[in-house]
Amino acid sequence: MSETEIFDEMWGRDGCLREPYRAFHAWFEGEDPKRLRAKQREAEELFRLTGITFNVYGKAEAEERLIPFDIIPRIISGPEWARLSRGIEQRVRAINAFLHDIYHKQEIVKAGRIPEEMIRRNDAFLPHMIGVEPPGGVYTHIVGIDLVRTGPGEFYVLEDNARTPSGVSYMLENRETMLRMFPELFSRIRVRPVQTYPFELRRSLAASAPGCAAGDPVVAVLTPGIYNSAYFEHAFLADQMGVELVEGHDLRVVDGRVAMRTTRGYKPIDVLYRRVDDDFLDPLNFNPESTLGVPGIMDVYRAGGITIANAPGTGIADDKAIYSYMPEIVEFYTGERPLLQNVQTWRCSEPDALAHVLDNLGDLVVKEVHGSGGYGMLIGPTASRKEIAAFRRKLRARPGNYIAQPTLSLSTVPVFTRAGLVPRHVDLRPFVLVSPGSINVTPGGLTRVALKKGSLVVNSSQGGGTKDTWVLED
Amino acid sequence: MQIEIHHSTRYRFAEPVTFALQQIRKTPKSTPHQTVLDWTTEITGGAKQLAFEDHHNNVVELVSLERDTREVAVLSRGLVALEDNHGIVGRHRGPAPLWLYRRHTPRTQPGAGVREMVRGVQGETTLDWLHALSGQIRAAIAYEVGASHPGWGAEEAIAAGRGVCQDHAHVFIACARLAEIPARYVSGYLLLDDRPGQDAMHAWVEAHVEGLGWVGFDVSNGIAPDTRYVRVATGLDYADAAPVSGMRIGGAAEALDVRIDVSQQ
Repeated sequence: MSETEIFDEMWGRDGCLREPYRAFHAWFEGEDPKRLRAKQREAEELFRLTGITFNVYGKAEAEERLIPFDIIPRIISGPEWARLSRGIEQRVRAINAFLHDIYHKQEIVKAGRIPEEMIRRNDAFLPHMIGVEPPGGVYTHIVGIDLVRTGPGEFYVLEDNARTPSGVSYMLENRETMLRMFPELFSRIRVRPVQTYPFELRRSLAASAPGCAAGDPVVAVLTPGIYNSAYFEHAFLADQMGVELVEGHDLRVVDGRVAMRTTRGYKPIDVLYRRVDDDFLDPLNFNPESTLGVPGIMDVYRAGGITIANAPGTGIADDKAIYSYMPEIVEFYTGERPLLQNVQTWRCSEPDALAHVLDNLGDLVVKEVHGSGGYGMLIGPTASRKEIAAFRRKLRARPGNYIAQPTLSLSTVPVFTRAGLVPRHVDLRPFVLVSPGSINVTPGGLTRVALKKGSLVVNSSQGGGTKDTWVLED
Repeated sequence: MQIEIHHSTRYRFAEPVTFALQQIRKTPKSTPHQTVLDWTTEITGGAKQLAFEDHHNNVVELVSLERDTREVAVLSRGLVALEDNHGIVGRHRGPAPLWLYRRHTPRTQPGAGVREMVRGVQGETTLDWLHALSGQIRAAIAYEVGASHPGWGAEEAIAAGRGVCQDHAHVFIACARLAEIPARYVSGYLLLDDRPGQDAMHAWVEAHVEGLGWVGFDVSNGIAPDTRYVRVATGLDYADAAPVSGMRIGGAAEALDVRIDVSQQ
């Protein structure tokens, strides 16, 4: 991949300042770099004070680390966003229809658009959800769609996060920090607000309450606890929504409902925004060793006594082998051509695809079908011979566990350094709220940036940082 | 034929319970050949929380045991009318796709024993093959009450060469699925010729045969289920169909007393 192929979102491919960045650039040029450096340090201090930190798995001491923040915003124009959000909405609509279908009549399998094995042999398919009608018909109340850009109008979906998308607290804190640091910027440039997200989230969750909810629905956030890497976000969202943050041991089944202990006895919960994985959600029905869940919550759910957001069993939509069928899925359920493109994907379970992947490991990105967070993947172009050889053995041993994709020329956005502005690769995770009859895409999202020169890995667990994401009012 | 059933399950705890939940699957299914004329469940010492029908069309009742419970009793009774179907339950119904019954569970995961068992089975048609399989399992695994453990899977039962109806069912299911035939576990009541009183529910299996639908096999007795067999719960294995499954905090040293009476009306 040569440098000239890379699309920079500020400078394009030809070095001409792009329209969405014009006003920002004019402001930036008028600023003293020293003052900006001071602001950058101040922003970092602010993050430390707010306590936005991130636990990195795999480190013995579960060290809390600050995710680096860069003060240069990632800017998307109004028309660009309008196109993008139409595509996101279409995809999320299709994902919900797909989930309903595979847990009911499986028309897509009967129509031959997805092989039965893709569902039958899929560990993320949850039999307990067969025939269950989630309140309001919503499976994915909160979705994060990971996008990458390769050109002015070229966006690709890298993966769908329909299970438990995280990172929305960074979107909110990044904006908050920018507003504090540079209030004058926001009076010069009209940026669409994201700060109403917690309010919208609560409204969206409440709108998905089960029929038995009386009056204003009771919403709560279920966290695995302080040792979870996203605990900060769970606490933050509960606080911002003005709802209780609960752990499994605060809840139990009472009078056919899931209720939380309060000083005045048990109070039934209508909607539980759970940040506990399916397997740990209910020791009576799933992993009996789990101490993070609520025994019997799945029975209450099946009897219609609670809304679980997101619904159990949605993880199958995140599966990277299912991802490769998303164009078919979108067409099948919406009757429209997909507005967002998928990245070309080789399913290693197929012998021809496996042969191609093994022959081209050095050029491809190989991922586990159930993996996330940038763990357990191979990035061919930057991997050592030894790493490639090790991956070749893994692929041969369990081909069905992997998919492969070409290495994309991810777009870059400048980051602020001592040496001035330098381009770094970015991705984008917009957040989508789904309630009965409504899909709401928050204008913005989480921009993750690879801080190492040339690096394509933006995951915070792998040393990536974040930026504020602006959608312009134009 | 009409069959009357009384089923009482009584747990006593030496130490009081702090909290417990039990899923109860004792209500017979209503199907074209089986009509539930009357069914009631009485619970003493516990509180019925809710009921729902699961993905195998099993009626599941959830019962809680509150703090300081020392004894809980569940008494189910009712009357079921049965029509003879010669062991053929018929076409697949219910919300679960047929392929679900080709999925292995930890208890039906085939190993060397299951593979070996399947190798020896001959049969011209699928139905013949399944009958031969049933006979071979019955010959290989002697029926012996108390010889096996409820947590056993197919492989353990084959290795031991002894077991009860639950073990016969798991081995049959594992072998059928290995041959890509959908198969399921059935838990139910059986009318015995010689006595009404029993201390456990019975278990048998059903396999799906193209053209016939679900066909029943009582491996332990070497016969096809007839009007003496009341189907209660079905599933991929015992765990899906168990009459009682639960979790408990406190309440050490439980003593279980089960009494089942099945009689013809």
